[in-house]
Amino acid sequence: MRRLFGRRDATLALIIAALLCAIVWRAPVFASAGNLDTVINDGAILTIMALAQMHALVARGVDLSVGAVMALAGMLAALLSRAHPELPALLALGLAGGSGLVLGAANGALIAGLGMPPIVVTLGTLSVYRGLVFVISDGAWVNAHELGQSFLSFPHERLLGLTHLTWIALAVVAASYLFLHHRRAGRELFALGGNPAAARAVGIDVARRELLVYTITGTLAGLSGYLWVARYAVAYTETALGFEMQTIAACVIGGVSIRGGRGGVVGCLLGSAFLVILFNALPVIDVSPFWQMAISGATILAAVVLNARSERRRLAARRILPVAGVPAASRAT
Amino acid sequence: MPSSSEVSAPLAFAASAPALSLVGVEKRFGGVQALAGVGLELRAGQVLALLGENGAGKSTAVKIMTGVHRPDAGEVCIGGEAVALDSPEVARQRGVAAVFQDALSFDDLSVAENLFMGHLPTRRGGWLDWRAMRTRAAAALRSLEADLDLDTPLGALSVAQKHRVSIARALTHDARVLILDEPTAALSSREVDDLFRIIRRLAAAGTALLFISHKLDEVFAIADRYTVFRDGRHVADGRIAEADEATLVRAMVGRAITQVFPKTTAEIGAPLLEVSGLGRTGELDDISFTLRRGEVLGFYGLVGAGRTELMECLFGLTRASAGSATLEGRPVGRSPGESIESGLVLVPEDRPHHGVFAALSIRENVALPSLDRLGRGLFLDERAEERLAQQVAERLAIKHASLAQSLAELSGGNQQKVVIGKWLATDPRVVILDEPTQGVDVGAKAAVHGFIGELVARGVGVILVSSELQEVMGVADRIAVMREGRLVRVLERAEFDAKLIVTAALGAADDDAALGARAPVTTEKEDAAAVRAS
Repeated sequence: MRRLFGRRDATLALIIAALLCAIVWRAPVFASAGNLDTVINDGAILTIMALAQMHALVARGVDLSVGAVMALAGMLAALLSRAHPELPALLALGLAGGSGLVLGAANGALIAGLGMPPIVVTLGTLSVYRGLVFVISDGAWVNAHELGQSFLSFPHERLLGLTHLTWIALAVVAASYLFLHHRRAGRELFALGGNPAAARAVGIDVARRELLVYTITGTLAGLSGYLWVARYAVAYTETALGFEMQTIAACVIGGVSIRGGRGGVVGCLLGSAFLVILFNALPVIDVSPFWQMAISGATILAAVVLNARSERRRLAARRILPVAGVPAASRAT
Repeated sequence: MPSSSEVSAPLAFAASAPALSLVGVEKRFGGVQALAGVGLELRAGQVLALLGENGAGKSTAVKIMTGVHRPDAGEVCIGGEAVALDSPEVARQRGVAAVFQDALSFDDLSVAENLFMGHLPTRRGGWLDWRAMRTRAAAALRSLEADLDLDTPLGALSVAQKHRVSIARALTHDARVLILDEPTAALSSREVDDLFRIIRRLAAAGTALLFISHKLDEVFAIADRYTVFRDGRHVADGRIAEADEATLVRAMVGRAITQVFPKTTAEIGAPLLEVSGLGRTGELDDISFTLRRGEVLGFYGLVGAGRTELMECLFGLTRASAGSATLEGRPVGRSPGESIESGLVLVPEDRPHHGVFAALSIRENVALPSLDRLGRGLFLDERAEERLAQQVAERLAIKHASLAQSLAELSGGNQQKVVIGKWLATDPRVVILDEPTQGVDVGAKAAVHGFIGELVARGVGVILVSSELQEVMGVADRIAVMREGRLVRVLERAEFDAKLIVTAALGAADDDAALGARAPVTTEKEDAAAVRAS
């Protein structure tokens, strides 16, 4: 299908390939199986959350609370594991996902029910949710030795050579694709983001779609919260601090429009890959850590500029005068 | 509503129930009576033209027929049976579809998706049925002779192609009633011909069509019957074959122009603003006029005639591609800052977007254009600001609790007074007012007109853009009529004549004698209109 892999995606894929070549040329160790495995596992959580964020962006919204939801859901799962280390990891995963669903639905209810702008609502709940992490943990860390064995090892266990973490990310990629391109509700998100007034006029239930979007971002953030805590073997109040910005950056680099209506799973995937490769490669090729933030920031700016330029080109010019060379109107009387 | 039964009597030849009719429909928005009891009938296989000046209530009527608004009183009937169109979705299910002026579209979605958005076909399990969608989309487009790629994003299409898609959209849900709201506004003549061919084919297939256009030649070319609205009332209808341009124009304008707009005459002096051959690609063509000291030059035209574009160009918001504009010999129109400095100011049409800083206080809004003069060293002189705002507020009788109040708290009329008032302080020589009284109450309107009088008395030249014929005729010394980006006619006060002006704006045959001599309109309600006008 043509829409699946657009020209912009091809360009980005080429850039990523060139970046990889340059990195491997400077530091061949980057191409080692072990390192690539690390990169893929590092990228899994960002990919999941960038896809989640894309749902919100496409519907002309944004979810700034995803990092806080991850921290809160991750902490809940960690506290459960500390209290009952014998419980299977899937229960922790379920608790994290379930609490994410509730937190996300709360966002959605505020946005859809009260008609408040998503950026304001999620900025508010960001603080509320992050504050709740302090409340339930008393500000203390839950460390590796307090967590159950199954809790910690689940994301790293392998199935057919790939870690569970990677499989979960792949499942989210597939589900996002099917939802956004082959379900009515998914397509309607694009319509809603592209032209909200027209979306209402064709009978789309905007409030219901918004509730759905933020429930999706919340649920995925909850799941990722558990994965994050288990992968880094610690739950604390600053888990995934500022991660929402990385998810937005991955989307923007991947060609998702901040103004809504445009974006694709492939672009989002490539945007996440680009960021993860960049973050992992910079230390390998001996770029000072002081420069890393600046370099990643610069690439995000570059992506935004490119997006803005391509969008401007699409804007049709105003036209009042009749087209030259054609008589003014069909004088048929 | 007695009027609707009266006027539909001559149409009794159509025996079957109308496909869609409005009976005595009323609609009020806040203090504005948009529709005061209108009726119309759409019949299968016929094209009805709905005519009326800007603001006559045509768009409101369309929104009621498509379920966007609900009427306050009266009935919408489909097939002779009263129905409640509670939402666009209900209207669609009832077979009513509309193609709007600015085609409602999703630019990022494909042509096929645009045809079905809102009711995308699904297979079992809720999965989208892309194949059915494509087959039906291709069939609908083929029947409109539209050779479009189904996967192209809509944003890549021309306006005409987008309209084609909108019509195809109506076909895909088997519309029995199709409303075309100014569908030709952005089309070239060849595209208009194509559209007409499609309309005729749809009518032949039994669709009832409502055609809204300001272009009378198009109405004569395509419509079977007509209905005229004026000020939210139904004033005339009949068969096109029995009507002529003069009849229609009279029905659209048809009221006594009363002196609700007191004209203050000032001494008209030397030329101030001289515009010659001004043009802007795609918007304006060869515009020349002179504005003198103490003169009010009215600009009349239909919505989209290019008046706002001309004013933005003069002020320097956009750049002209040809010609020149000078204010007492100094060029203007290069940038807003420069224009203000040379004494040309614009009070824009779109108040919420361009005129008002809603979050700032009255004092700050008023002081904004005068900050250069109010400064004292590096800092602003708040006292001077306060004094200035106080003067303006008193002069224009701005209702306010305190000058520190934010503009968002004021009514539309008072906001407009602030927007206008802030320019008083800059001592301008030319003031352009673009639709200054649109959507404001009578009191604020009077204040704006008083302000215009005060300006011209001081020798300022005023350009007044208004879509309200009575207003321009009442306030202006001369009226410039624009159509399709051109200045088509300039009338002196002595020649002011509503029919003449509307005829020029519509581009109808320019024939005074014929206009005066023609037969009266089917149903005239001169009396009622005159009473209301006072």
